[in-house]
Amino acid sequence: MKSISAEHLIKTYDKGTVRALDDLSLDVAEGTVLSVLGPNGAGKTTTVRILATLLKPDSGSAHVAGIDVIKHPDKVRELIGLSGQYAAVDETLTGWDNLVMFGRLYHLGKQQSINRANELLERFSLTDSARRPIKTYSGGMRRRLDLAASLIVQPKVLFLDEPTTGLDPRGRMEMWGVIEELVKGGVTLLLTTQYLEEADQLADEIAVIDHGKVIARGTSDALKSQVGGERLEVTVESAQIAETTKIVEQISGNTAHLDAALRTISAPVSTGSKALMDVLRALDAAQIHPLDVGLKRPSLDDVFMALTGHVAEVEVEKK
Amino acid sequence: MKNAILDSLIITKRQLLQLARVPEVLIFSTIQPVMFVLLFRFVFGGSISTGQPGGYVQLLMPGIFVQTVAFTLAATASGLAEDMKKGLIDRFRSLPIARSALVVGRTLGDSLLNILVLVVMAAAGFAVGWRPTSGILSILAAFLFLLMFGYALSWTGIYAGLAVRDARTVQNVSFLITFPMTFLSNAFAPTTGMPKALQYVAEWNPVSTMVAACRELFGLKIEFGATANSFPSQHPLITSLFYMVLIMVIFIPLSVRKYKNSSN
Repeated sequence: MKSISAEHLIKTYDKGTVRALDDLSLDVAEGTVLSVLGPNGAGKTTTVRILATLLKPDSGSAHVAGIDVIKHPDKVRELIGLSGQYAAVDETLTGWDNLVMFGRLYHLGKQQSINRANELLERFSLTDSARRPIKTYSGGMRRRLDLAASLIVQPKVLFLDEPTTGLDPRGRMEMWGVIEELVKGGVTLLLTTQYLEEADQLADEIAVIDHGKVIARGTSDALKSQVGGERLEVTVESAQIAETTKIVEQISGNTAHLDAALRTISAPVSTGSKALMDVLRALDAAQIHPLDVGLKRPSLDDVFMALTGHVAEVEVEKK
Repeated sequence: MKNAILDSLIITKRQLLQLARVPEVLIFSTIQPVMFVLLFRFVFGGSISTGQPGGYVQLLMPGIFVQTVAFTLAATASGLAEDMKKGLIDRFRSLPIARSALVVGRTLGDSLLNILVLVVMAAAGFAVGWRPTSGILSILAAFLFLLMFGYALSWTGIYAGLAVRDARTVQNVSFLITFPMTFLSNAFAPTTGMPKALQYVAEWNPVSTMVAACRELFGLKIEFGATANSFPSQHPLITSLFYMVLIMVIFIPLSVRKYKNSSN
């Protein structure tokens, strides 16, 4: 049973000159988490906005919980929760004010809205700051409150558009904890992210999108194995890069890649720890003392690189 | 329909809560008009001879009422632009609520704020010698008229806020329009002192007709404009009503459409 499905979505902006979605299709099985992974401008937000009824596609169709989002947006709105890239809550009001207001807008009764607000504040560890204006909250607290606001009526399908973009590492960890809890509750979640580790951590399946198309789809492990096996990585002083590169290429049998800024030389290997020992011996013989040596399993970064031919462009804080 | 009204009222309540949480906004939005009353009354009041019993303040108060009501559209516009920018509009649009609720709720909230500001100003005016001479019903009608004018104008603010999407820019733009509009009128000084071309502008300026309408309802009948017995000067009430309807007929559909398409 598919909770979310999108077929052949096309969306252009600026009179067709910008193609945000270029025949994008995806689906999410009920009760699972799909992470839509891609760089800025890949079409993640546009996808979410179409599925959450905020935007109409130029062509294509989409269903959420079996309901056509274009024909019956009102019905879809009753079943979904949406938490966007920026915390979309009223900053001058308190956390409590916001949740009660959203409860009322979901047509809960007054007392019911209050109860639900208290419940959610408790669940997201915001009870202590419930009576403070949101503008005094930290980034992580805002996002948690924003998420709480999207859970007022226990949505069947939840859309989280870059829920941790711009958060510090602690805020991100907290947010991940909260999302993991949610997923245990059985909600169907579509999560967009530009952080590869986030997709790895939270999602059952990952859809990699670039230039408005899904370019790969599968579990994190499946995607990683598409890229291939392990890589040997050696970090040395600048003066020894040339010689070390030669050694690494000899052992690997492949062309090595140099990350000049980190002075790290890497190359794919198939012999596992034997390659590691070989390289150590060879370096020792050449009297090179590496700063760091290791075997690395492919990360989603590597997957992205392999699929798109370019590195995922992560802007740190966009405002 | 019942839900649409309820939803709108929740949005209105949000605006009132905002004022309760940030009382500075309320204080400054009432101090400014009171300051205008005092400044105009005591700075210009002595040098503008009106030939009216009760002096300049009788002419001034309707002018300041209209000006204040016109200025609030900047707050409407910037509030909405802020909501757009913060993504709050998207959240509202993802909720199962009436599409009109957010904008209708906001215009209602603006009207409530206008009531409060008008009451404070009327009290300030009374303290410095303003005495309307018509009956209580006429006076109430004048205030109702002011509120209607404010309501119509807040739709222009809604449209501006949705179109410009940047709070500071839209506030400046609104001010650039409302400021000359309120001064190119009969609100503070007789229009006969202006260059002829500007007199025509002032004659047909909705601010002038509103000011004249209010003066009439408060018990003062004063001609204005470039031509003797001009239509707006003779029929300020009807002309003002026509302007209000015109503004709403244009800006309500425009705003609603802009709001519906606001994410495209």
